Amino acid sequence: MSTAQSRRLPQGGRIDRTRSLRFSFDGAAMTGHPGDTLASALLANGVDIVGRSFKRHRPRGIFSAGAEEPNAWVSLEHGAHAIPCAAATQVELYDGLIARSLNCWPNASFDLGGVLDRFAALMPAGFYYKTFMWPARAWGRYEHIIRHAAGLARAPLAPDLERYERRFDHCDVLVIGAGPAGLAAAAAATRAGARILLVEERAALGGSLLDLDAAIDARSGLDWTAERTAVLESCARARILTRASAVGYHDHNLVSILERVQDHVAPGSRMRTLPRQRLWHVRARRVVLATGSFERPLLFANNDTPGVMLAHAAATYAERYAVRAGRRAVLFTDNDSGYRAAAALQAAGIEIVAAVDRRPATSDGINAALEARVPILRASAVVAVRGGRKVRAALVAPLDASGERLAGAARSFDCDLVCVAGGWNPAVHLFSQSGGKLRFEPAIQAYVPAQSAQQERSAGACAGTFSLLDGIAQGEAAGSQAAFECGHGSGPVSPPPAAPRRSSNPAPVRELPSLARSARKNIFVDILNDVSAADLALASHEGYGAPELAKRYTTAGMGVDQGRTGNINALAVLATAQGLVLEQLPTTTFRPPYVPIAFGAMAGRDIGALYEPLRRTPISDWHEAHAALMEPVGAWRRPACYPRAAESFAAAVRRECIAARNAVTLCDVSTLGKLDIHGPDAVRLLDMLYTNDFSTLKPGRARYGLMLKDDGMVFDDGTTSRLGADRYFMTTTSGHADAVADWIEEWLQCEWPRWRVFAVPVTTQWAGILVSGPRARVLLERLETSFDLARERCPFMSIHQGSIEGAPARLLRVSFTGELAYELYVPARYGLGLWQRLMDRGSDLGIEPIGTEALHVLRAEKGFFVVGHDADATVSARDLGAEWLISRTKSDFIGKHSLSRPELKRSGRLQFVGLESDDPGIVVAEGSPIVAASGATSRQHGPAAAIGRVTSSYSSPTLGRSIALAMVSDGLARLGEAVSVIDRGTPRAARLCSPRFYDPEGSRLHG
Amino acid sequence: MLLIPCPHCGERNEIEFACGGQAHLERPGPQADATRWARYLYYRANPNGTQRERWFHAAGCRRWFNVERDTASHEIRTAYPMGEAPAP
Amino acid sequence: MRYSAAALLRNAIGGQRHWRPAWRFPRPRTRYDVVIVGGGGHGLATAYYLAKRHGIRDVAVIDKGPIGLGNTGRNTTVVRSNYLLDPSAALYEHALKLWEGLSQELNFNLMFSQRGVVALAFTRHELTEMERRVGALKLNGIDSEMLTLDELRRRVPLLNLSRELRYPVLGAMVQPRGGNARHDALAWGYARAADALGVDIIQSCPVSAIRVERGRAVGVETAQGCIEAGRVAVVAAGHVTTLMETAGVHLPIQSYPLQAMVSEPLKPMLDTVIMSGLVHCYVSQSDKGELVLGAARDSYVSYAQRGSAHINAATIAALLELFPVLSRVRLLRQWAGIVDVTPDLSPIIGPTEVRELYVNCGWGTGGFKATPGSGWVFAHTIATGAAHALNAPFGLERFARGALIDESAAAGVSH
Repeated sequence: MSTAQSRRLPQGGRIDRTRSLRFSFDGAAMTGHPGDTLASALLANGVDIVGRSFKRHRPRGIFSAGAEEPNAWVSLEHGAHAIPCAAATQVELYDGLIARSLNCWPNASFDLGGVLDRFAALMPAGFYYKTFMWPARAWGRYEHIIRHAAGLARAPLAPDLERYERRFDHCDVLVIGAGPAGLAAAAAATRAGARILLVEERAALGGSLLDLDAAIDARSGLDWTAERTAVLESCARARILTRASAVGYHDHNLVSILERVQDHVAPGSRMRTLPRQRLWHVRARRVVLATGSFERPLLFANNDTPGVMLAHAAATYAERYAVRAGRRAVLFTDNDSGYRAAAALQAAGIEIVAAVDRRPATSDGINAALEARVPILRASAVVAVRGGRKVRAALVAPLDASGERLAGAARSFDCDLVCVAGGWNPAVHLFSQSGGKLRFEPAIQAYVPAQSAQQERSAGACAGTFSLLDGIAQGEAAGSQAAFECGHGSGPVSPPPAAPRRSSNPAPVRELPSLARSARKNIFVDILNDVSAADLALASHEGYGAPELAKRYTTAGMGVDQGRTGNINALAVLATAQGLVLEQLPTTTFRPPYVPIAFGAMAGRDIGALYEPLRRTPISDWHEAHAALMEPVGAWRRPACYPRAAESFAAAVRRECIAARNAVTLCDVSTLGKLDIHGPDAVRLLDMLYTNDFSTLKPGRARYGLMLKDDGMVFDDGTTSRLGADRYFMTTTSGHADAVADWIEEWLQCEWPRWRVFAVPVTTQWAGILVSGPRARVLLERLETSFDLARERCPFMSIHQGSIEGAPARLLRVSFTGELAYELYVPARYGLGLWQRLMDRGSDLGIEPIGTEALHVLRAEKGFFVVGHDADATVSARDLGAEWLISRTKSDFIGKHSLSRPELKRSGRLQFVGLESDDPGIVVAEGSPIVAASGATSRQHGPAAAIGRVTSSYSSPTLGRSIALAMVSDGLARLGEAVSVIDRGTPRAARLCSPRFYDPEGSRLHG
Repeated sequence: MLLIPCPHCGERNEIEFACGGQAHLERPGPQADATRWARYLYYRANPNGTQRERWFHAAGCRRWFNVERDTASHEIRTAYPMGEAPAP
Repeated sequence: MRYSAAALLRNAIGGQRHWRPAWRFPRPRTRYDVVIVGGGGHGLATAYYLAKRHGIRDVAVIDKGPIGLGNTGRNTTVVRSNYLLDPSAALYEHALKLWEGLSQELNFNLMFSQRGVVALAFTRHELTEMERRVGALKLNGIDSEMLTLDELRRRVPLLNLSRELRYPVLGAMVQPRGGNARHDALAWGYARAADALGVDIIQSCPVSAIRVERGRAVGVETAQGCIEAGRVAVVAAGHVTTLMETAGVHLPIQSYPLQAMVSEPLKPMLDTVIMSGLVHCYVSQSDKGELVLGAARDSYVSYAQRGSAHINAATIAALLELFPVLSRVRLLRQWAGIVDVTPDLSPIIGPTEVRELYVNCGWGTGGFKATPGSGWVFAHTIATGAAHALNAPFGLERFARGALIDESAAAGVSH
């Protein structure tokens, strides 16, 4: 291996020879120039083997010069900048680039895995479905080996430190591809007055003209490109995006575009202010697809040997990069375009040993000068190449008149490069993704767009128009027509040429005859995945002949290259095997993305702290400053408890509960859902939403209510208070705050649009503080308020509007803790101040802030259920023992009808009860199943039928024992019954009881 | 991502909306029999073709409206405010 | 021909000449005892068990295209039975037991890999629900364990267990017998075995209608003419509502796009299946090395087999929350299937109001894992005319009664 760019031509090429870039491949230091890709630089440095194939570990060389590359997959850089897998043909060279080959050990050139190729006969298509089954339990070991043999790249081990962005945009005309047709379309649409976005995968505009220049209107194509580019760049309506691949064509003309913002810059020199990549979602009124085409390989034995290369790619390396991919080349073609590549090779000083043409008579497309210098072997085919690690010779045999059989002995031509030109496949991927239907066009032996599903049109090679001038004309027409459809200009001057007007006269795509049947296992159709013609023939023979089945059975087209070079040939081999021609097989569809996209780019900024925006209450800062243990509750985080130094979770909760029962406590309830409901039909709405009656609620009073969905299952609960004649204040659970608001809105707009009532969500407008405990009134009386807190004028279940410490306030006398309690609501900006004032004023009263866990314990002591915790969405109102909440007088409410369904009335349903374990020190795990006492069992005794489960379970500081709540089959009729709780596998004796463990008469909540 | 023509705000990306399923549902009155009620609760049209459905502009004007959409092509033929009939 | 290492060797020497077609391509006969519409995994499994367990071999399986290309060939291949509700647990556990040993029974390697299915919890509520589930599963004799964070770290070394996450992982549960499998192989294995027992598999033959005479199904209209049948069984996900309506049977089903995707193939890095609810994503690594990811389903009814891009983006964001080191790994391919969703997300398996017309549908996002059990109970139902105890709770009549089997409603929502 040379490191002196031994294969760089002395002059020519569109590279910057004044500067050298250092890089390394598999540890070897090399150099290249600005303008090189990693692939061209590797070739320049004489690297033949760049990697190993997926299954058989055969040595592989660079095969193409673009996105279709099947072989040159490498990993780049290391640490936080590691890129596990990239095509060397698409990596722009920068100084200091580090590249490594994949799927080989110790390196691509010498790979121990290469021994697998000897066993190819044992690994025909789908061999793994037919073995590794004995003994059955050994599969894990077989699988271990298979998994380690498979896979290509290694996942990075360091987190990614770079940023990714997502951007939404729109335009009149989106032009994808800035080759001749795309440039023409963009220029025409811009001229007509449309706002356009031109997207180009490579760093510069020009497309195929950058590879091989061609004359347009009697001047260089590159000059033509520069002129068009200048026009676009000077027009504000036109935007150009380079290094950007359109990856997905979604519904309603939405195109995703991956812009590689900084991948071409050495990691150390990247701008921290810019993202690594940006994923655009562009909504375009019209799209012009000008995505070009890919050259097809031809099939023969050992066609994967390093030194076999697409003809256009070899020519591109010679002309654009001034790299000689070989010294002596054999051209193998079945259409006229191969000769153009050969001419470029010759111009670069590469000897063409022979031009092998499948067709019996060649057409007028042949370069006359070439014909004079090169032996052209007509009606012949390359049937094999020799040389394992690098092409040494090509075997060429004559074909009979049918082209299906060999007509004579093979001749050997010494060469180190075989250029294959098997015709061109329009890049119809995006068209197919858009939902468009393809058809097979015999004139070019390829699939072309047939029927659009969206507002797009194809122009140039991707439409099957391979002639340069026709493509430009088609692009111009497409651009002006698209602009016209957006209301700009007067449409195309002349109708676009019918495509394809002129073709390169290709021979039909088919599998070519081979020297021996056994050679077919080395005729590679999907080069990357080692899928051979023999594999496809076997798949067809075994019944997997439908293209979609064959693909799955053989893995053809399923590799990182998505089978760009192999798919049509695979179809041809399948067709041959079934005695069909290509067009008789169903067309394939293409799945997004067009090129692989980094997960980071898909996620954009929606990771880390921005994965889901965190909701904060006005008092969150205080909680965090006071060492609260914050935990997620919906999109919020709430304090679970406030542990003091070295205090355990349990001890903190215990302390907080004791304070609530004996002194006074504060709890931040700002997260509770809140709605202002007002209008003449407000009570009508409430009577539909709740199971119980709200028409009897008097101003200044509050009522607890239960909401069902129309299937009769519990949805939410809370209190609603009447502030005035048609004005109500509703609270909901924290978790359902948004869901309840949306749900009410849906009912109002869709079912009762004429009702005169508004339900306005005001959750975040109000801060909420629950002041609870026997000293709550004392505390509040120390504050400056307009409220009369006397027991008789501020009774249980009442609401008052006034002010507190200068802030407008609502005071709600409800109790979830079973103690004297007030919910204070003040506008959000007063929340923190009020909280601090209360803490100050209560310091000598033993005031404590409490978290959600203490609140849960306190309510469990009272036997209050929590919707979503004790009651899930399979629980009906009746199951909760809340029969008293179900109005008998209302003719309708949401869920009422369902309550009469037999399933909801049957016996055996789970019902809400209390539970005490016999040993008061044992707190059983929440979620534990409950079985009948007689059926008490542990795992040793095998399965038993559960009669219910524990829904809440705590150590109660107030009662000095454990308490639990449970849902038990027919539980209300079983109070007092002994049961067994399977507590993480251990049976615990327990007894069902009323859930009202503490102050069942409710005397304390009056204060 | 669909482009949804909100009758009140114009065309917006699907991420601003919530799909509420079949439009023009009729909630049976309290006297409906069990079969009718079960149909209302659980049975929805599922056509391979034109479907009328309701959408909620949740991150926009917060209004519900109806859309006529093809479930095979995703083409949206028309959108119209709640309470109105679709244009023929 | 039996598949074996010896067969591979014989063919290696013999130039792969001895392999027999895996199934025939028969012309449809005019009449069959049982016609099964839908040649996915469920339909083929049904045919296999009809022939194998019930001796009913006069069976045709008809598909509009090649076999196994609907949801069987589009899902994320997770197999597990750790369902919360008893009827579901029983049905899926029956399926899982059939999975164990199915490669040998069918003589086709399904690559069923019992590498464990790990579900993650991000809130105390989710942890409680896991305790509940593990407790219930153990009573049902189904393997399931809670995992501590240390155990989780050992199983999934690349998982981000930082406390600084938006939603830190609090714990997990595992079903060790769960895992994944090669989805195509399941269809192919059943097809080959059913064909060997005499079942006719009719491919690329769209069925347009079910023929009903005097309240009884008597055949199907197809692209190749009418095929008479003693019994008609419909297992055609994505098309079941439209097809059943030709027989006058309405189903409580909505069809939605469900998207999935794979990464470029990587060397082994994830040795178990990860399911994550709150930070929503599920992921496993195929034997080929691709990370296989399932997205949430789209919100609108669709038959287009395409979904919206933002749904996938949300899945990837969740994946990167769990595995930040995957940021530079690339998405290789994405696709969508049509999932039939019932109001309770549980399947419908059983007879219909039309005599001799049976339906097996509504598997939503979870049908692949159930395939063997689904085919087994459906074959029983067709053969005997009545549901097996395992699928009795899954009848169509449960909706009118209100006896839904709603796993996600039961799993509760965070509060």
